[in-house]
Amino acid sequence: MAEFEPVLLANINRPNSFTRKEYEATGGYQSWKKVLSMDRNDVIDIVKSSNLRGRGGAGFPTGLKWTFLPKDHPGPIYFCLNADESEPGTFNNRILMEQDPHQVLEGLMISSYATRTSTAYIYLRYEYPGCNKRLQDAIDECYAAGYLGDNIQGSGYSLNIYIHQGAAAYICGEETGLIESIEGKRAWPRIKPPFPAIEGVFRKPTVVNNVETVACVKHILDRGADWFKSMGVPADPNNPRDAGSYGPKLYCLSGHVEKPGCYEAPLGLTARQLIEDFGGGCWKGRSVKAVIPGGISMGLLGPDELDCPLDFAGPGKYGCLGLGTAAAVVIDDQTSIVDFLHNSARFFAHESCGQCTPCREGTSWALKMLNRIKAGRGRLKDLDLLAEIGDTIGIIPGTTICGLSDGAAWPIKNAIKKFRGEFEHYIKRTNPDGYMVTDPVPVFETTAH
Amino acid sequence: MATAQERFLSDEIVDEIKSYIPRYPSLQAVTLPALHIVNRHLRYVPMQAVIEIAEILELAPAQVQDTLTFYGFFKQDKPHGQVRAWVCRSMSCAIRGGEAVLDHMCHQAGIHPGETTADGKLTVEYAECLGACDFAPCMLAGDDLHKNLDKNKADIFLDDLGIKAKKS
Repeated sequence: MAEFEPVLLANINRPNSFTRKEYEATGGYQSWKKVLSMDRNDVIDIVKSSNLRGRGGAGFPTGLKWTFLPKDHPGPIYFCLNADESEPGTFNNRILMEQDPHQVLEGLMISSYATRTSTAYIYLRYEYPGCNKRLQDAIDECYAAGYLGDNIQGSGYSLNIYIHQGAAAYICGEETGLIESIEGKRAWPRIKPPFPAIEGVFRKPTVVNNVETVACVKHILDRGADWFKSMGVPADPNNPRDAGSYGPKLYCLSGHVEKPGCYEAPLGLTARQLIEDFGGGCWKGRSVKAVIPGGISMGLLGPDELDCPLDFAGPGKYGCLGLGTAAAVVIDDQTSIVDFLHNSARFFAHESCGQCTPCREGTSWALKMLNRIKAGRGRLKDLDLLAEIGDTIGIIPGTTICGLSDGAAWPIKNAIKKFRGEFEHYIKRTNPDGYMVTDPVPVFETTAH
Repeated sequence: MATAQERFLSDEIVDEIKSYIPRYPSLQAVTLPALHIVNRHLRYVPMQAVIEIAEILELAPAQVQDTLTFYGFFKQDKPHGQVRAWVCRSMSCAIRGGEAVLDHMCHQAGIHPGETTADGKLTVEYAECLGACDFAPCMLAGDDLHKNLDKNKADIFLDDLGIKAKKS
């Protein structure tokens, strides 16, 4: 493979990379001007033929999502840019929006044009005040330059972009939760169908795409679909449901590595390459105990699974939920897997929106059990109970509306399956008198936050 | 509509809320921006503000209250401190010492997470992933991201706020 040149991150280290002047000096907004005279269907066809898949976690083909919009709808059609990046370990969108906001905006404008959108909302999480300022400045610059507003560049096309700030809730990253939140309601995900493309925000057809996805759209229009397909992992010919993993991807690397950061590479990098070639290896000369392949929802790779390719199909072959956001968190050999699972369970118990009972109760039960195990009152039976919770919550077993609790279940399932010995040892060591108890035990209440 | 003398929200706040109305096809969609505006000015959103937001947006107060309570972000009983510091406790930060920093800061300031110091200068909150895992452990205080925190940096941060750290 030829030497890879970063595309999405090409400008982030240039001085004043966030200004329109600097962005246009490197060829920015050329595609936007070109697209305005193109037929919308041609734009969609280019994106479709690139096989671009959503970068937010689910990996749904972007061009296909756009074609679900009803033909000849009188409008309005809305675009929601999902910038509620809250999956633990993930920060690629923050870097894009903070260092190169015009790249994101150009991608958003092209995507909005292709989908006949007249209003686009950027759903930005509250925790990114720096992005808020940079994006708002960039939007203002675009209005001043005539790239946004009414009758853009005399094309007859009008587009307004607004930032809608979230309020620190993980569930707002789920596309229908995000839509409810924009409408001013509690962010309870909706039952699908109808999908947002048919009935989304304000009961109108709506497209929800991730920040990195629309940034890719810009580069596909710049360089063509063939360029995009020249990178990554082709579809498995024996699996008709595999759409392939093409294009560059922003990998986030954090946790116990020497050089945490956001790195761009073609899809298909292995976890080991990411940690060793980019991250400088595990920190302090220690060895890797486990790696989260794509945000904690995706589960865990064990120390013998580091050759897992981080593409859309790879982590699934190793028992993980999927690629997710491609945010790898490295855990070294001196970290307890019980602490890992406790942290994960606490996160999901905190962030469950409370709409579906299996998720609301299941995530809390898992946390209570892990609190008890950590307090030295764990029983071997608890591991089976935890695994049972892991098997029964989520949209995969079919008990909840959205995928949040699949994300809660996978760390539980993977940790207990891949590290059961460590859990058993921990429980026996900390509760030598009671680890074999199988009768119900009183609920253990903790005052810890 | 109540007159300006009777209203709890200032004209400035009301005008700012109204400036968001053209952005959305429904009034209810302005709920979250309105809560943010009130919170930015007052550092909390008391019930009287909820009632007046509802009046502006032609909603029942319960609808605004319903949205407000869903997000743990908005305080309703009393204002948060002049600085609200969110210390991340999610995975990447926790395994690099984030929870120890959170405990240390709370101990030094003499409060629990979610509480405000008696002088009203600081509220310490735990955060779920601030999206700055490359700088773990990290903290968002106001609009400033504090990177690669340790106990030393936390003490300096408290010192700058004029909060005397306890000798431990």
